[in-house]
Amino acid sequence: MGRYLIRRTLFLILVLWIVSVVTFVIFVKLPPGDPARRATGGRGASEEQIEAARHNFGLDKPILTQYLRFAKGLVPWPSWFLYDEVYHSYGSNVPVKEQVFSRLPVTIALAVGAAVMWLLLGVPIGIISAVKRRTIIDRASMVFALIGVSAPVFWLAQLALYIFWFKLEWMPGSGIPLDQGVFKAMLTGRFIMPWVVLSLTFAAFYARMIRGNLIETMGEEYIRTARAKGLSERKVVFRHGLRAALTPAVTLFGLDLGGLLGGAIITESVFNLPGIGKLAIQSIYNSDFPMVMGITIIGAFFIIIANLLVDVAYAFLDPRVRYE
Amino acid sequence: MPQPLLEVEDLTVHFPTEDGLVKAVDGISFSIQQGETLGIVGESGSGKSVSFLTVMGLVNQKQAHITGSVRFQGQDLLTIPAEELRTIRGAKMSMIFQDPMTSLHPFYKVGQQIAEAIRTHQPVGKAEAWDQAVDMLGRVGIPRPEERAKQYPHEFSGGMRQRAMIAMALSLNPDLLIADEPTTALDVTVQAQILDLIDRLKSEFNAAVAIITHDLGVVAEHCDNIQVMYAGRIVEAGDTNDIYYKSHHPYTWGLLRSIPRLDSATNERLKPIQGSPPSLINVPSGCPFHPRCPYVMDVCKVERPPLNPADGHHASACHLTLTDKQRIFSEEVLVHR
Repeated sequence: MGRYLIRRTLFLILVLWIVSVVTFVIFVKLPPGDPARRATGGRGASEEQIEAARHNFGLDKPILTQYLRFAKGLVPWPSWFLYDEVYHSYGSNVPVKEQVFSRLPVTIALAVGAAVMWLLLGVPIGIISAVKRRTIIDRASMVFALIGVSAPVFWLAQLALYIFWFKLEWMPGSGIPLDQGVFKAMLTGRFIMPWVVLSLTFAAFYARMIRGNLIETMGEEYIRTARAKGLSERKVVFRHGLRAALTPAVTLFGLDLGGLLGGAIITESVFNLPGIGKLAIQSIYNSDFPMVMGITIIGAFFIIIANLLVDVAYAFLDPRVRYE
Repeated sequence: MPQPLLEVEDLTVHFPTEDGLVKAVDGISFSIQQGETLGIVGESGSGKSVSFLTVMGLVNQKQAHITGSVRFQGQDLLTIPAEELRTIRGAKMSMIFQDPMTSLHPFYKVGQQIAEAIRTHQPVGKAEAWDQAVDMLGRVGIPRPEERAKQYPHEFSGGMRQRAMIAMALSLNPDLLIADEPTTALDVTVQAQILDLIDRLKSEFNAAVAIITHDLGVVAEHCDNIQVMYAGRIVEAGDTNDIYYKSHHPYTWGLLRSIPRLDSATNERLKPIQGSPPSLINVPSGCPFHPRCPYVMDVCKVERPPLNPADGHHASACHLTLTDKQRIFSEEVLVHR
C-alpha cells in the first residue's frame, strides 16, 4: 500500500503539471482578449500605459520565460502554493491564493451540503425502488429520477428562485450579504435552494444507479445463499445486497464531490454565490490568467485527490481489490 | 415404515411468463427418510433444482404458482408463515449450490459467513460463533482453519469454497442437506473428494441428503435411492440398484448410455439422447419424452403414462410392457456397460 501511495503521489504531480501546461498553452495561444489592455481600463488608456502594464505582468517576455515564471510559481517553494509574486490577479490586484481561499468556503459549503442532500435523497429512493420493484412506489421514484436527470440546473434554479423567493417569499434571495459569513448564510437559509437544486440532478442519477445495482445484486447467487441460511429479508437486503450494490456508488460519489469542489459554476452563477466557480467565470471573462491558472490547478487537485481517496477506499470496501 | 423426514405430494411449480406458463415442476410426489441419500437426476430444465428450491422456500411465491404439499417433520412448509420457515431454513434443512465461486459473498470473510449462519439460529456470541465456524471448517477438511476462516472467498480454490459452503450448511447440524449439483463446477479430481466428504459428514451428522445432479455416474456410489426427472415430472424412481441394473424407462436408458466408461474395450462412441429437452411451456402431449424416444408407440403421443410401481417401490412412467422394458434393457442398454 505504501509503495502504491508513493506512486500515486508522483502521478498526481505529473497530472497537475500536464494540466498547468495545457492551461498555459490555451491561454497564450488562444487569448480571449489582451490582459494588459483590459487591466488599464480599455479604450481610454494610452499605448504607453498598456505597454507598462504588459511589462508589469511580464507579458512582453518570450513565451518560454513567461512559462518558466508561471511554472516556478506553482512549485511549493519559497511559498508553499501559488507564489504571491507570480500569482497576482491582473484584475483585482490581490494574490490569487487569497482570493481562492476566501472563495473556497462557499464552494465547500455548497458542494458538501448538496452531497449530503443527494445521498439522503438518492440512496433511499434507489433502495426502495429496487426492493419494491414494479410497484407504484418504484414507478413514482423512477418518474422523479427521470425528471431530475432531465431538468437542467439553470432552469431549476431560476424556477426555484421565482417560486420560493419572488412569489412565495419563503426563501431568501440569491447571493450572500457582505456582512454574512458562510456559516451565518447557511443558518439564514441562503444555501437551501442552491443545495436542493444542485442535489436534485445527482439524487436522481444516484437513485437510478443504486436501483439498478441493487436489483442486479439481488439476483446474485450469494444472495440466494444468504436466504438459504435463514436470514431475514431485511438482513439479506441490507447486509448482503447493499454492501455489494453501494460499493461502486462510492467511486462515483468521490469523483462527483471532487468535481464540485472545483466549482459548481452554474449553480454559483444563478444563485450569485461567491464561490470558486463564479470566480473562474469572472477570471476567464477578464483574461485574468494567474487567477484562471490558480483555479484550474485547485480544481484539478481536488479531482485527483478524490480519485486517490476513492481508489484507497475501494481497497477497503472490496477485499478482492488490492494494490501493489 | 416410519414417518418420512420430507414428504412432497403432488407439487407443482408454474411460472407465468410473457411467453406463457412455464411448468417447471408438474405434479411430483416423493419422500426422503431420515438418514437416506436420494439422488435426483435429470437434464437442465427437468425441474430438479426448482423442486428443491421450492422445498427450501427459495422460490418467490409472487412469481410462481405453487400447489401441492411439502411436509417436513410433519409441518407443511408451503403454508407455514415465512418467519417460521426461516427458523427451519438453514437450521434443520440447508442447501449447497452448484457454483461455489459465486455462492459465497465476495465481501465477507469465510468465517464470518459461517458464523452468521450460526448466529441466525443460535443465541451465541460473536466469538463463540466464530470458534464454531473455525471448527466446522476443520471438519470439512480445510487445513489451518483458524487462518482460512479469516480469508475471503476469492482466496479459496473452487473445491475449498465448496467445502466452506458445506461447512456453512452443516454448521447447524441439519436433518436434511440438499446439494444442488455440488460438483458440476469443480475439477473431476475434486468432485470425488466433495462427494466422499458429503458421504462421511452425512453419517457423522446423521442427516438425510438429497443430491441433485445431471450425471447418473455421480450418484451411483453415493445414493440409496434415485429418481429421474424429465420435463417437470418424475419418470422413474427406485433404489440405486433398480436404476442401474433394472431400469424401466427409455430416458434413464439414454442417461445410462451416455455415461463414459474408461474400461470399455472398444473405442465406442458415447450415445447421446437424440433431440433436445422439451419446452416447459408447450410440453409435448402424452408422454413428454415421446418425441425423443426410440421406442415410441401411438399411445405415447396421446396418453400420459402414470408412474406405475413395477415391484416394491421401483416405479416408471412408460407405456412399454414390463417384459418389453426388461428385454430392451438387457439387450440394448446393459450390453454397452
